Amino acid sequence: MSPQSDPAGLPRLLAGMPAHGSMGLAEHLALHGKLPFAGRRERRGAGALIDLVEQAGLRGRGGAAFPLARKMGAVAASAGRAPIGRRPIVLANAAEGEPASRKDRVLLEGLPHLIIDGGVLAARAVGADELILCIDEEAGPALQSAKRAIRERERTGGDALRINIQTVPGGYVSGQESALVNLCNGGSAKPTLTPPMPFQRGVRRRPTLINNSETLAHLALIARYGPQWFRQLGTQAHPGSTLLTLSGAFAHPGVYEIEYGAPLQSLIEGAGGATSPIRAALLGGYAGTWFDGAMIPTITLSNDHLAPHEASLGAGIVVLLSQETCPVAETARVTRWLAEQSAGQCGPCVHGLRAIAGAIEELAAGAASAGAGQRIARWSTLAKGRGACRHPDGAARFITSALDVFAEEFADHARHGPCDACSRTYELPLPASSKLAAAA
Amino acid sequence: MSVRLKVNPIACEAHGMCAEILPERITLDDWGYPIIDERPLPSELTALARRAAEACPTFALLVERDTSPQRER
Repeated sequence: MSPQSDPAGLPRLLAGMPAHGSMGLAEHLALHGKLPFAGRRERRGAGALIDLVEQAGLRGRGGAAFPLARKMGAVAASAGRAPIGRRPIVLANAAEGEPASRKDRVLLEGLPHLIIDGGVLAARAVGADELILCIDEEAGPALQSAKRAIRERERTGGDALRINIQTVPGGYVSGQESALVNLCNGGSAKPTLTPPMPFQRGVRRRPTLINNSETLAHLALIARYGPQWFRQLGTQAHPGSTLLTLSGAFAHPGVYEIEYGAPLQSLIEGAGGATSPIRAALLGGYAGTWFDGAMIPTITLSNDHLAPHEASLGAGIVVLLSQETCPVAETARVTRWLAEQSAGQCGPCVHGLRAIAGAIEELAAGAASAGAGQRIARWSTLAKGRGACRHPDGAARFITSALDVFAEEFADHARHGPCDACSRTYELPLPASSKLAAAA
Repeated sequence: MSVRLKVNPIACEAHGMCAEILPERITLDDWGYPIIDERPLPSELTALARRAAEACPTFALLVERDTSPQRER
């Protein structure tokens, strides 16, 4: 269904998503119409666009759910204080280091012009003259799609700003904002100490607006169809639709677009149910929170609803764990991977996550010494807030919630060692490049 | 004007000098990295805090002006 036939309905972002390859510029413009606000002679400027985003109530889709209008306002204000000629830079973040998330690369592969449109509009809103698309260097089809789309736009007159691509090395923390700035400035893709925040001083010391690529795609539609249209879906505090990546025991895993605030149960039904009875659901990926399977009928996919559970959708990640796999073995494997994903810069993260991973492996093997559970709990608490980025915080949340939801299984393994399911099958996704991915 | 302590976790190499000088506000974790009490420092500790920052071999301990809004009581 195209937005023309049912403006408020779904799919919005995924409308016209080609089964293979990417949508060309002509087809994109035929589907959504010309990009407003962005022409070389466009008189409506920054203020009007930021107002529009404010009215729409669009929040970031990269995990933090920060209001986009406020982020834009901060960059624009920071640019106002910068010396003349130091114009801001906009980064479209499609680096997606989270293995359970695929939405950004799927969107970029199929609908690159939607993301670039949003980046062009964001640049317009903050007065930037450069847009940089940050793309995982291993995401071949997404990279090709972006390159082709940029060439296409240049051939048809261009966008009154430079559009470049920055390839990003794989890694869980390499898509973190300060890591991207560091990388674009010629450093490595590792987080740096903040402040200064990117909006104050980022790429080439300029105020830098960094947005998740899905957020920009929403902006491209809001500019065309308006804030009232955007608000016809979603909740008051968090309007619109959102992309989710479903993995694990879903019968039909993949990237879905849902109304923000939809029930988890209907999402599972819409994705063909689960391959076997569900033990638990993970929301927010490997920085996220587990929910016992029995809780699924009560869960609404909205941060407002999830906040009391100290949970959030993160970058839109839902993983189902079936009863066919061992949650202890799964937790041990992902925790080891999270420890390996530390950028290696901050002692509390390097040593803390490594110690936790070791202790969980000992628990899983039934070889842990007395008090292992308390040690893990203490180390998890100690990891929080003590890194330059939030990786240790996210990992600690994931681990703490796994120990809570799978308490029975952990106690059983601590006493009796590995279970029958321990090495049967793994459902939690890890990058194919990791040796842990194949360790089933 | 009050000050507060902050550590740059990237620069910190767990020398532990800070905890020797200012145990009132700094303890060490299992690996020797500082756990910092980030509440504003009482004035009688600010001189010690500056000494601790100067003693850090990697300049990882920062004594910052407290710019957080004052909480109403």
